Amino acid sequence: MTGRGAADSLLPAPSFAPSVIQWRSKMAAERDTPPLGSAAAGLADFREPEDGEDLFVSTASTLESSPSSPEPASLQVEDVSANSNGPKTAEILIDDDQDDLFAEATEEVSLDSPEREPILSDGPSPAITPVTPTALISNRIEPKVIGVPSMFERSLDEVEEEAGGDLFDINISVSDPEKVGDGMNAYMAYKVTTKTSLTIFNQSEFSVKRRFSDFLGLHSKLASKYMHIGYIVPPAPEKSIVGMTKVKVGKEDLSSTEFVEKRRSALERYLMRTVKHPTLIQDPDVIQFLESSELPRAVSTQALSGAGILRMVNKAADAVNKMTIKMNESDAWFEEKQQQFENLDQQLRKLHASVEALVCHRKELSVNTASFARSAAMLGNSEDHTALSRALSQLAEVEEKIDQLHQEQAYADFYLFSELLGDYVRLITAVKGVFDQRMKTWSKWQDAQVMLQKKREAEAKLHLANKPDKLQQAKDEIKEWEGKVQQGERDFEQISKTIRKEVGRFEKERVKDFKVVIIKYLESLVHTQQQLIKYWEAFLPEAKAIA
Amino acid sequence: MLKEGKLFFEIYLHFSLLVDLNNDASLLIDIPDALCERDKVKFTVHTKTTLGTFQKPEFSVSRQHEDFIWLHDTLVETEEYAGLIIPPAPPKPDFESPREKMHKLGEGEASMTKEEYAKMKQELEAEYLAVFKKTVQVHEIFLQRLSSHPVFSKDRNFQIFLEYDQDLSVRRKNAKEMFGGFFKNMVKTADEVLISGTKEVDEFFDQEKTFLLDYFSKIKDATSKAEKMTRSHKNVADDYIHVSATLNTILYIPLSIPLSRHLEKLADLFEKLRKVEGRVASDQELKLTELLRYYMRDIQAAKDLLYRRARALADYENANKALDKARLKSKDVAQAQQHQQQCLQKFDTLSESGKKELTSFKGRRVLAFRKNLIEMAELEIKHAKSNMALLQGCVELLKSN
Repeated sequence: MTGRGAADSLLPAPSFAPSVIQWRSKMAAERDTPPLGSAAAGLADFREPEDGEDLFVSTASTLESSPSSPEPASLQVEDVSANSNGPKTAEILIDDDQDDLFAEATEEVSLDSPEREPILSDGPSPAITPVTPTALISNRIEPKVIGVPSMFERSLDEVEEEAGGDLFDINISVSDPEKVGDGMNAYMAYKVTTKTSLTIFNQSEFSVKRRFSDFLGLHSKLASKYMHIGYIVPPAPEKSIVGMTKVKVGKEDLSSTEFVEKRRSALERYLMRTVKHPTLIQDPDVIQFLESSELPRAVSTQALSGAGILRMVNKAADAVNKMTIKMNESDAWFEEKQQQFENLDQQLRKLHASVEALVCHRKELSVNTASFARSAAMLGNSEDHTALSRALSQLAEVEEKIDQLHQEQAYADFYLFSELLGDYVRLITAVKGVFDQRMKTWSKWQDAQVMLQKKREAEAKLHLANKPDKLQQAKDEIKEWEGKVQQGERDFEQISKTIRKEVGRFEKERVKDFKVVIIKYLESLVHTQQQLIKYWEAFLPEAKAIA
Repeated sequence: MLKEGKLFFEIYLHFSLLVDLNNDASLLIDIPDALCERDKVKFTVHTKTTLGTFQKPEFSVSRQHEDFIWLHDTLVETEEYAGLIIPPAPPKPDFESPREKMHKLGEGEASMTKEEYAKMKQELEAEYLAVFKKTVQVHEIFLQRLSSHPVFSKDRNFQIFLEYDQDLSVRRKNAKEMFGGFFKNMVKTADEVLISGTKEVDEFFDQEKTFLLDYFSKIKDATSKAEKMTRSHKNVADDYIHVSATLNTILYIPLSIPLSRHLEKLADLFEKLRKVEGRVASDQELKLTELLRYYMRDIQAAKDLLYRRARALADYENANKALDKARLKSKDVAQAQQHQQQCLQKFDTLSESGKKELTSFKGRRVLAFRKNLIEMAELEIKHAKSNMALLQGCVELLKSN
C-alpha cells in the first residue's frame, strides 16, 4: 500500500474495507524495521543543500537539527513562533515528550499579544504583516520561494483569484507512521506527501517527515497570525496523553494501532483543510512545513512550557473579557450568524455523541456476532444429524464473515461519520473564536476612543492651567490617539469584512465537504448490505439441503 | 403510559417452531387473542373438535399462564407418561425488558425532542407487542403439541383445561398441595448425576445420553449468545433514531439551502433505515433466538425422559438386589419376585416408548431448524435488499444535486 494520496484525501482510501485490513498488517511490518533506517531514507530522498538549515541552527540557537538525537537536559530557546515584539525565552522541561504528559486537550491559539505595534503597512496581504521572524526566514530562503515576495505587492483579492484557479490542484497525504526512539522520549514520525501544480512550491511532488508537535506548531503560528484579523484557521488535531503513552511504551495492541491511525487520518484532514484556504496556503510557514526537510522544534506547544503557561493565563483573561465586553451590534448579519453557529455547535455535539454511540454499539454487535458464530460452530459439532450439523457449521461461518463486516462498518461509522462531525465541532469553535476576535477588536477601538477623549480633556485642562511645555506633549498624545482611533476603526472594518468572506467560504466548503464524505459513508453502508446479501444467498441452499 | 388492552395479531408472522402442528381436524386449538392487565395475561383458548368426548363442537375459555403450568405439571406427575417427552412448559410472560426501557425513556424524556421521544416510544411499543406475540405463540404451541399427540390428546386434565368454563385456580391450588412440586425438584437436582452415573447397555440410549447432555449445554450457550447479538442489533436501530432526530433538529437552524436539502435527505434516510434494522433484529430473534430457546427446553424435556428411564432402571436393579436378598433369607420371595417383574416391565415399556419418542423428536427438531434457517436467510436477504434500495436512492439524490 503506497502513500494514501487519494484525490479526496480527507478520507481513507476509497474501497474502505480492504485497505483498513491491509493497513493493519503494514503497521505490524513497519514496527519491525529499525526506525532510523526509514527516517534516514525518507530524508535522503529529499535532502537538498538548503540555506535554510543554517538559519534554523542560528536563530533557534540551541535546537537540534536531527530529530532523532536525544535532547539536552534543559535549553533556553528563543520562541521564534510567538507573535511577539521580541524573542521570548522559554524553558523546556527535561522529560520533554512531544506529545505531552500534561495535556491541554483543546487547541491552542497564542493570544499573548500585549499592545502590538501596528505592523500593517499600506495595502499588502496579511500574510506578511505579522511576524518579523517569519519575514526573516522568508528572506533567507528567498531563492527557493521566489514567488512569494512578488505576491506581497499585489492586492489580496488578486492573489486569491490566482490561487483560487488552481486551488483544487493540491493534494496532501499523511502516511507511514513510524516510531522513532524509545521509552518516554519516543515519538511518531509521519510522512507528509504533497502533490501539486501550484507555482508557490518548488516541485510538483515531494515528501517530508513530521512529528505531531510540528503540526501543532504550524497551527499555533497560523492562529497567532491570522485569527485576530478574522481568518478561520482550521484547528489542529487534539492531543492525547493516554493514546500517545501507550504508543511510547511500546504497547502494540489493537488500541494503540487504532490510535495511530486515528491520528494519522486527523492530521491528513487537518492539512487538507489548511491548504484549501487560499490565504493560508501561501503562508511561508505552511510552505515551509510542507517543503522543508528540517523544521525547528515547536517547543512552545508543550503545555507546561513558559509559552504554554502564558497561553493558559491569556485564555483565562480572555474568558473574563468576553463576559465584560458588551458590544453594540449594529450589524444584524453578525448577530444572526453568531446565533446560528451557537445553535449549530450545540446540535453538532449532540449528533456527534449519537454517532459515537452508534460506533460503540456496532462494535458490540461485531463482538457478539463473533461470539455467536463460535457457539454455533460448537453446536454444529455436537449435532448428530449430518445435514443439520453441516448447515449449522455453515451458519457459523456466515456469522463469522458478518462479524467482520460489522467491524468494518464500525470503522466507516467512525472515520467517515464520527470524525467528520468531530472536526466540524472543532471548526465551529474556531469560527466562534473569530467572532470573539472581532469583539476584541471593537473593544480596542472603543478603548482608544475613550483614551482619546481623556487626552482631549487633559489638554483642555492644561490649557486652562497654562502650562505651555506640557501642552505640546498633550497635543502630541492627542495626535497619537487620533491615529489609534482611526486604526481601530479600520481594523474593525477589516476584520468584519474578512469574517463575512471567511464565513461565506467556510459555509460553501462545508457543504461540499459534507456531501462528499456523507456519500462515501452511505456507499460504505451499501457495500455492507451487498455483502450481507451475498453471504445469506450462499447460505440459503445449505439450509435447504437439510433433509 | 402504554395502553394495555386486547391485542390482535397479524397472521403472516406465524411461529414456525414446529412443523405440521394443528393439522388434525379432529382437534384444532388456537389462541386467537389475549388480554394483558398489569402483570396478568389472560389467554383465550379456542377449540374446534369432532371428537365425541367433548360436550360441544366449538368453544372458548379464558386461561392464565399458571393454568398452563398446572396442566404441564400434572402431565409430568402422571406415571403412564413416564416414557414420553412431555412438551416443555411455556415460560412466564416476561415484560421486564420493555418495561425497564420504558422507565429509562421516561427519565431521559427531558433531553430529547418531542419527535425523538415519540419515535422511541413507538419502538418500545413495538417491542412490547413483540414480547406479547411471542408469549401467546409459545403458549399456543404447547397446547398444539398436546393436541397432536396420540396419547396426550386423550388426557383427562387436558380436556378439562380446554373445556371447563370456570376458573381453574381451585384445582391448581389442590394440585400444589398434593404434590408440592416434589417430583419436579427431584428431577432438577438429581438428573445429571443419575443419567451420567448409570451404566448404559443399550447402544441407542447410550448414544442419546451422550448426545443430549452435550447438545443441551451447547444449545443453551448458543441461545444466550444469539440473545446478546439480537440486543446489539436493536441498539444499533435505536441509535439510528437518535441520529435522525438530531438531524431534524439541525434543520431548524437557518442553513444554506443545499446543506438543508442534504440534511433533510439524510434524516429521512436514517428514519427509514432504523425501521428496517428493527425488523432485522426482531426477525432474527424469532427465527434464531426463539428457535434455539425452544429446542433448548425441548432437549431438557428429552433429558427428563432419560432421567425417568434411569430411575426405572435403578428401581429394577434395586428390586433385583431385594429379590436376591429375599432368596437368601427365603422370606417373601414371591413378593419380591413380583416387584422385580413389575419394575422390569415398567423399564421395558419406558425404554420402548422412549426410543420412539426420541427418534421422532430428532425428526421434528431437524425439520424445524430447516424451516427457520431458510426463513431467516430469506428475511435477511429481503431486508438487506430494502436497505440497499433506500441507501442507493439517497446516494443518487445527493449526487444529483
